[in-house]
Amino acid sequence: MRLTVRDLCVARGGVRVLDGLSFAVAAGEALVLRGPNGAGKTTLLRTLAGLQPPVSGGVEYPADSVVYAGHADGIKPALSVAENLSFWAQVFGRKEVSPALAAYELEPLADRPAGFLSAGQKRRLGLARLLVTGRAIWILDEPTVSLDARAVAMFAAVVRAHLAEGGIAVLATHIDLGLDEATVLDVAPFRAVRQELDDFDEAFL
Amino acid sequence: MTALLLRDIRLAVRAGGGFGLGLAFFLIVVVLVPFGVGPQSELLARIAAGILWIGALLACLVSLDRIFALDWEDGSLDLLATAPLPMEAVAAVKGLAHWITTGLPLVLAAPVLGVLLSLPVQGYGPLVLSLLLGTPALSMIGAFGAALTVGLRRGGLLLSLLVLPLYVPTLIFGAEMARRGVDGQDYTTPMLMLAGITCGTIALLPFASAAVLRVNLR
Repeated sequence: MRLTVRDLCVARGGVRVLDGLSFAVAAGEALVLRGPNGAGKTTLLRTLAGLQPPVSGGVEYPADSVVYAGHADGIKPALSVAENLSFWAQVFGRKEVSPALAAYELEPLADRPAGFLSAGQKRRLGLARLLVTGRAIWILDEPTVSLDARAVAMFAAVVRAHLAEGGIAVLATHIDLGLDEATVLDVAPFRAVRQELDDFDEAFL
Repeated sequence: MTALLLRDIRLAVRAGGGFGLGLAFFLIVVVLVPFGVGPQSELLARIAAGILWIGALLACLVSLDRIFALDWEDGSLDLLATAPLPMEAVAAVKGLAHWITTGLPLVLAAPVLGVLLSLPVQGYGPLVLSLLLGTPALSMIGAFGAALTVGLRRGGLLLSLLVLPLYVPTLIFGAEMARRGVDGQDYTTPMLMLAGITCGTIALLPFASAAVLRVNLR
């Protein structure tokens, strides 16, 4: 299990934001992306997750090993907490949801409609989804938004347990998770230089 | 795939899911037409098949934008795209769920509403059969339109404009089949054409929907 990025260039809305990125994350390692707002962290993560193709360069990892968690949690307000989780478990071909509920202390809320949860509880539910997928590479975009200090500690413990089992986590975050073993990558130096307008389409960007 | 189908049906049936939306719209259109046309039962009997088809088509249209928009807004579509389900299967299942929650109730309600329009007795069989054959095509074409407009805020108008021309062949052959049934004529040819359109849309459009979804997710 290894995530390798070679000379990657990513673009958002046709404009290159990051260029010349190369890194590798081995099993049991975490990579924390840092950089100012608009630096291209989300674009990079979406490219890693396969939601958009890279402009050039390559991303390599074993097939069907990635799970993505973005700004939105993908929670259906009409379904209960347990129903939301078991839906994602079934999509990923698994059944067990109780360890995920336990890891984020969601058991007392299991039968409550997700629409009644607070923002932090919704985020915990969104993060619990990662555990039911059974995927090894976690791609997380600002996972700690709206979490309180205790929930951040819960999240850090879950990530540490995941790494101990040979998993990989790539996360963009601005706060200190206490993951001392994680490698930090500042994406700001990889900012793409303004490219020459050599193409008809690009004249409109 | 079963999980996604069951979830979509469950979401549609629960509060705020819009399960009754299409059905209520169909009911309103068909109930209002006799008031507008007047109490001439021979005239109503002549236009009944066409009115029921147009009502079903419009009822289908009002619920289309929910197919992908809700999943797009709450981020589920991103997560489904990275899940082990192929995007083509997601598009096909979403179309099927739309048909079960919108198209099928319309098919079942049509004979009841046919009474209001004094539809001749021999017309009920062909009418229900034509709707049963035609509404899956409406859902699959609609899912394609919804996939095209998924990233747009208030894309409902654009969706209607895109989808309506694509609905025309289904409407022509479906209404023709029902009309011939009412007149007691042989309706094999329009039935085969309608079945062909439906089979074609089910076979091809999930691939087109998946392709535009991938582009829209970038």
